[in-house]
Amino acid sequence: MSTTGINWFKYSSPQAIYPLAGRMIPWFAAVAVGVIAIGLYIGFFVAPTDATQGDAYRIIFVHVPAAWMSMFLYVIMAIWAGIGLGLNARPSFMMAQAIAPTGAMFTFLALFTGSMWGKPTWGAWWVWDARLTSELILLFQYIGIILLRSSIDDLRRADRASAVLALVGVINVPIIYFSVKWWNTLHQGASVTITAAPTMAGSMVTAMLIMMVGFWMYSFAVTLARMRCVIVERERQPSWGKPASIPDVVEAR
Amino acid sequence: MSQPSLSEALRGVVRRDLLLAMRHRSDVAMSVFFVVIVASLFPLGVGPEPAVLRTIASGVLWVTALLACLLSLGRLFTADYLDGVLEQTLLIPQPLAVLVVGKVFSHWVISGLPVVLLSPLLGLQFGLSGESLGVLTLSLLLGTPTLSMIGAIGAALTLGLRGSGLLVALLVLPLFIPVLIFGAGAVSSSLAGIGSEANLSLLGACFLLSLAFAPWATAVALRIALE
Repeated sequence: MSTTGINWFKYSSPQAIYPLAGRMIPWFAAVAVGVIAIGLYIGFFVAPTDATQGDAYRIIFVHVPAAWMSMFLYVIMAIWAGIGLGLNARPSFMMAQAIAPTGAMFTFLALFTGSMWGKPTWGAWWVWDARLTSELILLFQYIGIILLRSSIDDLRRADRASAVLALVGVINVPIIYFSVKWWNTLHQGASVTITAAPTMAGSMVTAMLIMMVGFWMYSFAVTLARMRCVIVERERQPSWGKPASIPDVVEAR
Repeated sequence: MSQPSLSEALRGVVRRDLLLAMRHRSDVAMSVFFVVIVASLFPLGVGPEPAVLRTIASGVLWVTALLACLLSLGRLFTADYLDGVLEQTLLIPQPLAVLVVGKVFSHWVISGLPVVLLSPLLGLQFGLSGESLGVLTLSLLLGTPTLSMIGAIGAALTLGLRGSGLLVALLVLPLFIPVLIFGAGAVSSSLAGIGSEANLSLLGACFLLSLAFAPWATAVALRIALE
């Protein structure tokens, strides 16, 4: 590591993350607002009306990116939890804690928009389909992780116990993703895959991908903001306006 | 003093837990009667229409088995945790995950096996017959050990917390759902005449998967709870 001259662990301390996150949040937030606005514009005004579903299909520009994000964020949360358990690093656990509510929000959004789309298209708000059920389980998992963390008073145990639970739950993510292939049920298969050409109009795909980028940026901004709250909450330290000196930090531990 | 071998340690854990359960026979009886009573509530609530009962039988009996497992999870580690035996168990030189398998096995013998043995009788109450009764029993036999395995993770994570009884339900029930779907699906597909092999195979796969990973996760969770 010394040969590269890069200090890989510079940002592995809350004291270094806090100001960095503060500098990054406005950028991510601004990009998120801009990109989501462009994505919604293309989705609502440029993309053509669907031949069979009419204009109701336009909800996929929120639904599909939200569903993707719910799974991505779970995996990322689990990776942070695993890093935390493996390296015993507090900021990793803080990251996992900061990601969980955003992931739960996107899972709820995916389910909510899905049912709004299902009513006009399938004629039912909810069906007990494999994809819907496994996504609902994902929501329960997020809630379980958040509840487990908040009901343990000892921070160290709260971090590690919710990390174990997050890692155990990773098994559900491939089940959600492949559920439309493994079970032949109502929810349609993927229209956009990496390996094949998408089975929908170009402007629809563009709008969806732009929306996903926007949701990513939103997640970065919100997670980092929450990360700052978590740091302040845990490392209560009066002198955090100015750069912390080593004696301050040692005293705070 | 020579160190006991792995299988001796495992046998010791199982023997101790089963012996303790035999000394508190009412605990075992409680989970059995819980299952019987809950299963009997449904025909009274839904109405005694045989065709309806036959369709809901697999789901009701599976949910009952799930709840029986859930309610007995509190006993899995709590007593050992309170009297300090668990701390001593952690110090045993044999791998903790293997000892956890022993504890989970005795938990299954106490809470899961009675449900499996009772299930043909309960199935008869719901108008199941012949092949589907056998499939119900087989699916419970394959599925209830998985429930105990997954439940052990939740029990270890919530050890000694306030409100741990409710919390363990919230953590563990979502993970029980696949087992419930395949277990109840096996019975319904046998009733529908399309064969239950696929669902039973999936139940077996769930069991093997949980046997490989759950004891390990439980051991990690126990160390976290006691550190």
